[in-house]
Amino acid sequence: MTDSARAAIGNVLELHGIHQLYGTGDAQVHALRGIDLDVAAGEYLAIMGPSGSGKSTLMNLLGCLDVASSGTYKLAGEDVNDLDERELARVRNREIGFIFQSFNLVSRMTALQNTELPLAYGGVKYAERKRRAMEALEAVNLTHRADHRPQQLSGGQQQRVAIARALVTNPTMLLADEPTGNLDSESTHEILAIFDQLAAQGRTIVIITHEETVAERAHRIVNLSDGLIISDHRSPDRTTAAHKRLETAR
Amino acid sequence: MKFGDILLSALRGVTANKLRSILTMLGVLIGVGAVILLMAVGNGSAQRVNSLITSLGTNTLTIRPNGGSGSSEITLAVADKLAHAGLGHVSEVVPESTTSLTVSSTSASEEDVSIIGTSSNYFKVATATVASGSAFTSADVTDAAKVAVIGSTLASDLYPTGSALGQSVDVDGTPFTVVGILAAQSSTGFNDPNVEVIAPVTRIQRSYTGFGALSALLAQSKTSAGVNAAQGELGVELNQLLGVSTTTAAAASAANSTTSLPYSITNASTLLSTAEASATSFTVLLAAVAAISLLVGGIGVTNVMLVTVTERTREIGIRKALGATRGAVLGQFLAEAAILTLLGGVLGVVVAVFLAQFQINGTQPVIIGYSIPLALGVSVAIGIFFGVYPAGRAAAMRPIQALRSI
Repeated sequence: MTDSARAAIGNVLELHGIHQLYGTGDAQVHALRGIDLDVAAGEYLAIMGPSGSGKSTLMNLLGCLDVASSGTYKLAGEDVNDLDERELARVRNREIGFIFQSFNLVSRMTALQNTELPLAYGGVKYAERKRRAMEALEAVNLTHRADHRPQQLSGGQQQRVAIARALVTNPTMLLADEPTGNLDSESTHEILAIFDQLAAQGRTIVIITHEETVAERAHRIVNLSDGLIISDHRSPDRTTAAHKRLETAR
Repeated sequence: MKFGDILLSALRGVTANKLRSILTMLGVLIGVGAVILLMAVGNGSAQRVNSLITSLGTNTLTIRPNGGSGSSEITLAVADKLAHAGLGHVSEVVPESTTSLTVSSTSASEEDVSIIGTSSNYFKVATATVASGSAFTSADVTDAAKVAVIGSTLASDLYPTGSALGQSVDVDGTPFTVVGILAAQSSTGFNDPNVEVIAPVTRIQRSYTGFGALSALLAQSKTSAGVNAAQGELGVELNQLLGVSTTTAAAASAANSTTSLPYSITNASTLLSTAEASATSFTVLLAAVAAISLLVGGIGVTNVMLVTVTERTREIGIRKALGATRGAVLGQFLAEAAILTLLGGVLGVVVAVFLAQFQINGTQPVIIGYSIPLALGVSVAIGIFFGVYPAGRAAAMRPIQALRSI
């Protein structure tokens, strides 16, 4: 696929001249120093970099958890910098599905209730909410654990609940921050297989990681260092590779 | 996020830490319960005082001498003339000559018993009624007979084994025959009305108090509505009988003061309004003390909500990342505070209503209707007021900061 063809599909993310500054005076940290990045719909992108490279800062900006000091960020064609608190909450609810390193499930709620939570904030009716949450749990093969609380689930299962919760609103983009960082190799394999499957279905996935093995599964790898993009590789055959793995897995 | 969802997640928050929620509710419970119960106690004691004063008879007037002497003394002759003056609103006037003496039987003795010398009509005017035997007659008064009607407690003290009726009691050495025993009465003042001796005024004056001024006159108006008219008539008649000059009387009535007159007249309604005023301030005082405990309960709610917000910062971050608006987070924490105070308040009402069934220090509490919605309303208002600060802090948190906390 050529770059022009990609543009025709439409970019989900468009970042332009993004700078992020923290603190003031001597303590000032220049976390991002001018990031330009476009992500097309259906891309499976890994953002890599050593700690302190600014990848967490970038992730927070992409997830609308934080606002850039300067530059423009368009998510699904909407300029996020122009949005107020309420609209940002809506964007986080509708456009983004978060998957965190530490799962971030609400411990007092069951897997099903956790999965329902974004729909509740989206104002979806109770019955509809339950149905869609069960569908999302089915997509990660966890319907038999729907009534379990997070502490009754293994790490891999908790992360699968988190993926179900991210999927349930049918968001524009899945945003995963070191999703396998707290998992053993078997669970890691399980989670990455789910990501492959989602990518094959045409989901836009942005995954932030420092692990080569995780990044290798993506279609495109962006390397960050000192708040700047130092490399941006696309491998056309990655898509097929992902498909192949999916086939053999079946 | 719908209202029901906010309520549900608030309920989950409240039940997440049961012990803490229960202790917080206990603070509110005690506050609300104390407000309702103490107001009920104040109200109950006010009602008790009122009923005691009403039992004195609302159409009873008391005339007391103001230290007059000579022609302005209120003597038995004055009382007789007043009783037969044919005043339109006055039905009875009876004399009272009182003293305090030792009364004894052959087996027992009581000191400082109040001795009331009066006429046979006394029992129509005063609340005292003869339970057994009979009152002395007007003939007994004319004869200055040594007969007496005694209080029920005194009767059983002097004659613990049998009836005192028909027996003889010794009043400071003079023997009296007991012709009647009074029904038991509730106490209205310092003297126990069940320990008294009522005898013909003529006998009491002859034997003990002398033929000078009486202690008081009791008068009764024909109707309760006519009390003030009766008071006026008595005043005019007394001024004539005691030789009070018209200028003195006019000056006294203009100044609304009786200090220049040889007598003063009071009735139960003036007593009643005084008692009501003091009862109201008593209730307000009790309510103020209780309100402080309600305030302390409210501060307890704030404290718990602040701790909850700090503890659940990460949860707030998660919720915000999933699309919770400021309003939804604010709503959840406010609802938690409201649930804590409302539950505590309702339980406080239940406890107060239960405890109000029992006498407290001899007073039967009477719950004031408006105190229940007042205390409940104030407790929820306190919950919301004191919950706003922690909830506002939670809602204003940036999701990224909230997520970073452990």
